[in-house]
Amino acid sequence: MAETNQRNAYGKTLLELCRENKDIVVLDADLGGSTMGKMVEVEPGLEDRHIEMGIAEANMISTAGGLSRVGKIPFCSTFAVFAAGRAYDQIRQSVAIGKLNVKICGSSAGCSDFGDGATHQSVDDIAYMRVIPNLSVFVPADANETAAIVKYMAKHEGPMYLRVNRNPYDNITPEGAEFVPGEPVVLKEGTDVAVFACGIMTVKALEAAKALEGRISVKVVNVPSIKPLNRESVIAIAKSVKGCVTAEEHSVIGGLGGAIAEALRLERTPVEFVGIEDRFGSSAHNYDDILNYLGLTTDHIVEAVEKINNMM
Amino acid sequence: MAYGEEMIKALKDRGQQLRRDCIRCIGVGVAGHVGGSCSSADLVAALYFHKMKVDPENPEWEGRDYFLLSKGHVAILQYAALAERGFFPVDDLPHCKDIGFYLQGHPHLGTPGIEAGTGSLGQGLSLGSGMALGLKMDGKPNRVYVLVGDGEMDEGQIWEAAMSSSAKKLDNLCAIIDNNGLQAQGRIEDRLPSEPIADKWRAFGWNVIEIDGHNMEEILTALDEAEGCKGRPTAIVAHTVKGKGISFAENQVGFHNRALTKEEYDKALEELA
Repeated sequence: MAETNQRNAYGKTLLELCRENKDIVVLDADLGGSTMGKMVEVEPGLEDRHIEMGIAEANMISTAGGLSRVGKIPFCSTFAVFAAGRAYDQIRQSVAIGKLNVKICGSSAGCSDFGDGATHQSVDDIAYMRVIPNLSVFVPADANETAAIVKYMAKHEGPMYLRVNRNPYDNITPEGAEFVPGEPVVLKEGTDVAVFACGIMTVKALEAAKALEGRISVKVVNVPSIKPLNRESVIAIAKSVKGCVTAEEHSVIGGLGGAIAEALRLERTPVEFVGIEDRFGSSAHNYDDILNYLGLTTDHIVEAVEKINNMM
Repeated sequence: MAYGEEMIKALKDRGQQLRRDCIRCIGVGVAGHVGGSCSSADLVAALYFHKMKVDPENPEWEGRDYFLLSKGHVAILQYAALAERGFFPVDDLPHCKDIGFYLQGHPHLGTPGIEAGTGSLGQGLSLGSGMALGLKMDGKPNRVYVLVGDGEMDEGQIWEAAMSSSAKKLDNLCAIIDNNGLQAQGRIEDRLPSEPIADKWRAFGWNVIEIDGHNMEEILTALDEAEGCKGRPTAIVAHTVKGKGISFAENQVGFHNRALTKEEYDKALEELA
């Protein structure tokens, strides 16, 4: 049965890849049991392929840069707030400028680490990873897509950032599908409003489309590749509907909403954002509570779709 | 003398040649990193013209040793060494910092002989540590040298890399600390005093060798000792003089990144002749 947790999909896929490719190494900053990067080291013969870097994220990223220069394919994992945030300068200076072949996994991303509160919830990582030239940014909708993207990352050259959710939920994309960077994927056809979504919000976009069935025809578009993003594809989708909504577990500033709005900057298409309204997260007792608190529910997408539909 | 007098003299001359190249490249009226280039010149000459295995015809040769300029602001010094060693034409040096040119203001991957981009201080040692780790995992004999500025030791990442490199027993890694005592806008001892430098590296698990960074025999001896040390990385603490070889620039804070007047330019080249 397919894995339903993105972290497990990350670890299991890396384990498979490590068996096939001797150059892949996995670095963790004392969180390998959580990012699941550590799954690699339990396999006899692969113990030294998981490299424990201690609680030193900056050094981990630059070290990975060095490893890549001598032929290794390093995957660095830690929580998204520490990978993208604490090690921002190392990603920019050591890795991205030189287009080094370093793969970064921002784990427990968004508010999926609901208990730990604002310090551990990345409401901003897509924005500041997306703005770095040369760096690709991928946000899988589910565990199946996570596996596909990890395989792609291992196979293709260049610096890449992967955003991984902490919590399990049912897959909405097929197991074994090939990941194509740059391309938004239409999961459900519709003619009134298109919802561009990533991560868990793609699940909620499908739910919103269903809730609106018979009233508003909603096209649901999964955007696992925030960067690169094929502008023509986004425009073609926007032109097939009356207006657009974006939905992401991230600030409304600089994330998927920003990427879609930038792509549509010469189009006469209204775009509404569903995301976190320029604020930090909070501790919560479960994932649904924090998603609701931050305005990231199916109902929020329904409201946004209605708003756009009523405008036109 | 363990090393022939002629070789020592030739390497000293190389150091002076690199200083002259730097001055010519910086020229008159345009800011350039005179001080730190001159303090590191003898160390860099010893590496490129004696110690390191490199192939100018094939910069990415698998058997090469790696050099990283963690104090990336003295890129011009490394460019001078690479040019004199034959990686690219010496005549290209004055075009450093031309828009889009392969000789950027800080080392940039893609320039022949440059192993990684450096310049955001504190990151070069980690990059070198990663190279050393990867080479060691593959059982390769290549060595990795990282030139670190003493001012750069303010950066916390240096100490992350120091811990990590000794924990991973990277005896193929050698950090060379250019201890000239000055940083961009003042004396280190007036900012974040870095002494005792040698004790700090020792405490972090490194083999430490202290030398006069302008004494070529001491430099060569230290580099050989570093290669012979097993089970831990080596830090060579090289006591140097910022602006070495140019009387009016020696040990002067103002010559970190400064434009030379025509008179200063001529005098510098005369003294370095």
